[in-house]
Amino acid sequence: MEFLNTFINGLSVGGVYAMIALGYTMVYGIAKMLNFAHGDIIMVGAYLIVLFLPINPIVAIIAAIILCAILGIFIEKIAYKPLRGASPLAVLITAIGVSYLLQSLAQIIAGPNTYYPDPLSKLFPEFMGEPTYGIITIGSFSIKLSTLITLICVAIVMTALTLFVKYTRTGRAMVAVSEDKGAAQLMGINVNHIIMITFAIGSALAALASILTTFDASKVSTTMGSLPGIKAFAAAVIGGIGSIPGAMLGGIILGLVECFAQAVPAIAPYTVTIEFSLLIIMLLVKPTGILGKKRREKV
Amino acid sequence: MAMLEVHDLEVYYGVIRALKGISFEVNKGEIVTLIGANGAGKTTTMQSVVGLIPKRSGSVIFDGHDITKTPCHKIVHLGMTQVPEGRRIFQELSVYDNLLMGAYSMKNQSSFKSDLEAIYTRFPRLAERKNQIAGTLSGGEQQMLAMGRAIMSHPKLLMLDEPSMGLSPLLVDQVFEIIKDINKDGTTILLVEQNAGKSLAISDRAYVLENGSIVLSGTGNELASSEMVRKAYLGG
Ligand SMILES: Nc1ncnc2c1ncn2[C@@H]1O[C@H](COP(=O)(O)OP(=O)(O)O)[C@@H](O)[C@H]1O
Ligand SMILES: [Mg+2]
Repeated sequence: MEFLNTFINGLSVGGVYAMIALGYTMVYGIAKMLNFAHGDIIMVGAYLIVLFLPINPIVAIIAAIILCAILGIFIEKIAYKPLRGASPLAVLITAIGVSYLLQSLAQIIAGPNTYYPDPLSKLFPEFMGEPTYGIITIGSFSIKLSTLITLICVAIVMTALTLFVKYTRTGRAMVAVSEDKGAAQLMGINVNHIIMITFAIGSALAALASILTTFDASKVSTTMGSLPGIKAFAAAVIGGIGSIPGAMLGGIILGLVECFAQAVPAIAPYTVTIEFSLLIIMLLVKPTGILGKKRREKV
Repeated sequence: MAMLEVHDLEVYYGVIRALKGISFEVNKGEIVTLIGANGAGKTTTMQSVVGLIPKRSGSVIFDGHDITKTPCHKIVHLGMTQVPEGRRIFQELSVYDNLLMGAYSMKNQSSFKSDLEAIYTRFPRLAERKNQIAGTLSGGEQQMLAMGRAIMSHPKLLMLDEPSMGLSPLLVDQVFEIIKDINKDGTTILLVEQNAGKSLAISDRAYVLENGSIVLSGTGNELASSEMVRKAYLGG
């Protein structure tokens, strides 16, 4: 039971990492850049929830997702698009700059305090009865409502995204652009448009990840996006950056490692160290990641 | 009236002047070939005409539209499609999906099914392999796919950059046959080739490109019998 609980927790934590990692990996695959401001979208999403929660939790969720998607598009237009074709280092530095800018803006607007908003799980008052607050019990098995919802959301998002990329014209165009921008343009594909859609999807997923992490333990601060951002980046690299199934796999692996490490008291304090060691080992053993492939050289 | 007019086109790579102000035209219904040695500037010409490489100066008029500054992805909507050098099919996509991308510019997707059938009839190998990942096709099949993909957009002008490159002699003949067929069906063709003999044989007119300048032009027959072309491109 202990093992199963840890496993399910790991899936849920990993699913959230995967959701964030998808943003890194899709943007990398299509715009060929590491968007280090991606983690801060999580933070912005959390503040938006704090802002809109008094109105209505559903409104807060929808507003966070939509506004983050718009923010992602906006950042790409303002900060990254002018650098199309510039050296990767210039783009990377710009992304780090955007990251600090978002954190500073959040601090100016919302102040330096950490917020502890009402947990979103209050959305479901029927499960609020003490002492089983937010816990569902089926026979001898019990699961936190937030974990269950996270698992369901992750499953839906991954399935939907996979179907979108595989079976829609736009999804296929994304793969085409990631493979050969020139040939894609020759087909009439507007590369800027595809990049915009990619940023919108990635940022919306970051907002969703933010909602899921603030589900029952809300602690909202300006730097809250950094650690999950970096971990999800590690997950994307472990899975193979540029690969969508890779990001999903990398996220789940990292989440499982995290939860199992935390479950063993002797190594629990070293959880983060273990997670990043995994990244380093992967870079040494297979730098392209588990599902990453070496780019074919173009003629 | 000329379908494509290129005037004084100049292209630089950094400080290197790759095209030194070239002018040529393609009339409706023609097959026109640019021949030239490796590095003459053929690919640069093809890719700068469609906006894949920036132009320094000059102008390009297609079907009455000035497309000198038109972004590449809009050009296919006007009816000009290019099979780029090296084919550049989408290796990770299936044959079917490559053809789907070929039809990406079609405003009206209702003809997609019949267009697809037409491609599969013209290239039966593609029909057999429609669900296969394109990267696993042979060189000849990839060239068929690249041409099929381009035809999906119903071009008025089809540009082909060295379609015979790297193919066996038998396949080369097949490719030239297909080009002739496509032209017979009413599509104007601008062809780039190092294989001067075969391409001049099917061309209405041709231009010879050397070091970024057009040094000779004429009908396919004229050029095929010209002293200079025979020495330089037809092995005597
Ligand atoms: N990306 C590039 N950067 C710098 N020089 C280039 C580039 N592409 C082509 N060139 C140069 O421009 C000239 C014309 O090349 P290209 O148009 O590819 O010739 P062709 O297609 O006739 O073989 C060559 O000298 C080539 O070295
Ligand atoms: Mg060439």
